[in-house]
Amino acid sequence: MNVDRLPATRVRLLDPYGQAMIPVPYRVVHRHEETADTVTVRLEPVGDGLDAWAPGQFTMVYAFGVGEIPISISGGSGPVIQHTVRAVGAVSRAICDAPVGSILGLRGPFGRGWPDRPPEGDVIVLAGGIGLAPLRPVILAGLREPGRLSVLIGARTPADLIFTAEYDQWRAAGARVLVTVDRADATWTGHVGVVTTLLSQVPVAPSGTTRPAPTGYICGPEIMMRLGADALVAAGVPPHRIWVSLERTMHCGIALCGHCQLGPILVCRDGPVVDAGNAARLLQHREL
Amino acid sequence: MIPSDTAQGLAHRPWAVFFVCPDRRGSEGSIGRGRPALRIALVIDDADRDRPNGVKIMSALLRSLEPLVTTLRAEGCTVVGPRERDGAIVLDAIDSAAQLPSGWGVQTGPGVYRLRRRADRAVFGHSAGPQAWKRFLHPPRERLWSADRGVDGTLTITGPDEEPPRYAFLGVRACDLRAIAIQDRVLGASPSYAARRRAAFLVAVNCTEPSATCFCVSAGAGPDVEAVETRPDRAPADWALADLALTELAEPGDAEPLYVATALSPAGGRILARLPQTPAPPDVVAAARAAVGAATDHMGRSLPDVDLREMLAASLDSPHWADVAARCLTCANCTMVCPTCFCTSVTDTTDLSGDHAERWQTWASCFEVDFSYLHGGSVRTSARSRYRQWLTHKLGTWRDQFGESGCVGCGRCIAWCPAGIDITAEVRALTSQGAER
Repeated sequence: MNVDRLPATRVRLLDPYGQAMIPVPYRVVHRHEETADTVTVRLEPVGDGLDAWAPGQFTMVYAFGVGEIPISISGGSGPVIQHTVRAVGAVSRAICDAPVGSILGLRGPFGRGWPDRPPEGDVIVLAGGIGLAPLRPVILAGLREPGRLSVLIGARTPADLIFTAEYDQWRAAGARVLVTVDRADATWTGHVGVVTTLLSQVPVAPSGTTRPAPTGYICGPEIMMRLGADALVAAGVPPHRIWVSLERTMHCGIALCGHCQLGPILVCRDGPVVDAGNAARLLQHREL
Repeated sequence: MIPSDTAQGLAHRPWAVFFVCPDRRGSEGSIGRGRPALRIALVIDDADRDRPNGVKIMSALLRSLEPLVTTLRAEGCTVVGPRERDGAIVLDAIDSAAQLPSGWGVQTGPGVYRLRRRADRAVFGHSAGPQAWKRFLHPPRERLWSADRGVDGTLTITGPDEEPPRYAFLGVRACDLRAIAIQDRVLGASPSYAARRRAAFLVAVNCTEPSATCFCVSAGAGPDVEAVETRPDRAPADWALADLALTELAEPGDAEPLYVATALSPAGGRILARLPQTPAPPDVVAAARAAVGAATDHMGRSLPDVDLREMLAASLDSPHWADVAARCLTCANCTMVCPTCFCTSVTDTTDLSGDHAERWQTWASCFEVDFSYLHGGSVRTSARSRYRQWLTHKLGTWRDQFGESGCVGCGRCIAWCPAGIDITAEVRALTSQGAER
């Protein structure tokens, strides 16, 4: 059939992703074991890299021959992308085990990340376990304005805390960094309790006062995000200024495969970051 | 040979009949659901696309589909049409119009699909079969890429480089045409889908015989192709989905049915112009119109006339889901036969050397427990939640995600449900329960 006979003008189909289905090779240039099951890898593109990413976005990380999973970006600069991965399945284990010099594939960056912090007001970051990873770029950006940022970190045990080497750097840069664990061990002298119990140590400007309203960023297990959002609201943070990062299984990252549906949203396209009001409406229904 | 300026070419042929459609956008409401077909615009050239008024249409009478099949094959297309096989009407490649299911009709109901002999020789006298056109545009299994690892650990990943197949679909009913439009919106960003879709030539057919499980009219468009082509939610640029539209007129005793053919696109106009034909006499056009109009009134089922998106969003915790779950086998048949269900999973494999890997995409279903698997377990483990996901997505949240409903009313999910679960009945039950609350 000659090209000019094709009904090419009939339907205008979008093709914005082009090669978005094909992983781009990245080399592991640095590897750090955060905990017994969590590893941070820094990845450098072998050839052309991905487009610039924003805090809260994710990439699909491919371990050769094993599979591919969505992983939030925990940092990086220039062409380097950093991921922090907890080994919970075959693919995440393969990524955690990837030695320096080995090659992983990346697609992305995908999804809606954290909205920029407003020009004024306190910024409260609430992180549970590996949920600190996607919040790390928010924290680093917030350090540029000393005094506004509070980082509340919770983990199951002291051995499950990640990025521990950076807490003092963040404090030195002017952030309030508070840490708690659910279960202490013999070495732990800090706070014990769920992460929301730290909120009492953070002064939040109540709504109705002349001080600008605070903003909250939350990531952690679903139950922690729900209770965390409630606690922030109770502490005076307006619900529309609380952001959470959702998690669902994903096979494509670009709204084609259907796996990440959560009611009306596709988490890969409309999330992973959504406002707490929307999240609460969706998460109130079991097994949605 | 067709002149490049088809408008001129057609205008100078004595057999070409032109009507003028005053305002395609229907300021007088002349074109809409429930109106008979065949007042369909022919895009003569790109200039006509911008012309709001006075778009020409043309109807021709074809006495056989054989020249159409031959012409499309000569154009390099793989012609796919309905065929009778294994007690069902399936979609498969054909070399000749003689392979079409002449004289076969179907009888359908909840959990029921049976072929039956017709009194006439109609080839499109059956409603939707177990397969939809998605199996060609969005194949059940597709290799997305292959990767090779070199001795130094470098990774070379290659995407598919084959030419997309050039299909000509013969006999796309209105419901299925709308399903293709819906998948265009969902999957248009997939390069491989877009390539197959762009290359496909679509011969649509106005449905003259809906079955007991059909409800395209209440689902939003049909049984005429025009109702699909002119749906208000379609962007003007999308405006010809199909290339040709046919209406089949079959009488008992006739050796072969007659076909009133209308071109919908420039490519359709060029193909139609090459077929042996006569002008469609007004009485034949009227008969065709009446046959499709009668079909509108013979829908076996209907969806309740409420805002389904709102109703379903308010019914997420309804006890009725448990009632359906007691019957649903979560077998996923409904999602496999559904012409719009698009979900896929990918599987990564390696060969025995360990240095060659491939990624395969396969159809998936929200009825699989693993479909929502997240580390630690699945989100939707109960049958109740998986049926709810399917139905609320199809009729409700599809609108949130893609701006339109995901149901075209083809009735396949009703006929092919082994438990005979009827989507229209379940929606009706949810609606009346919601009204009581």
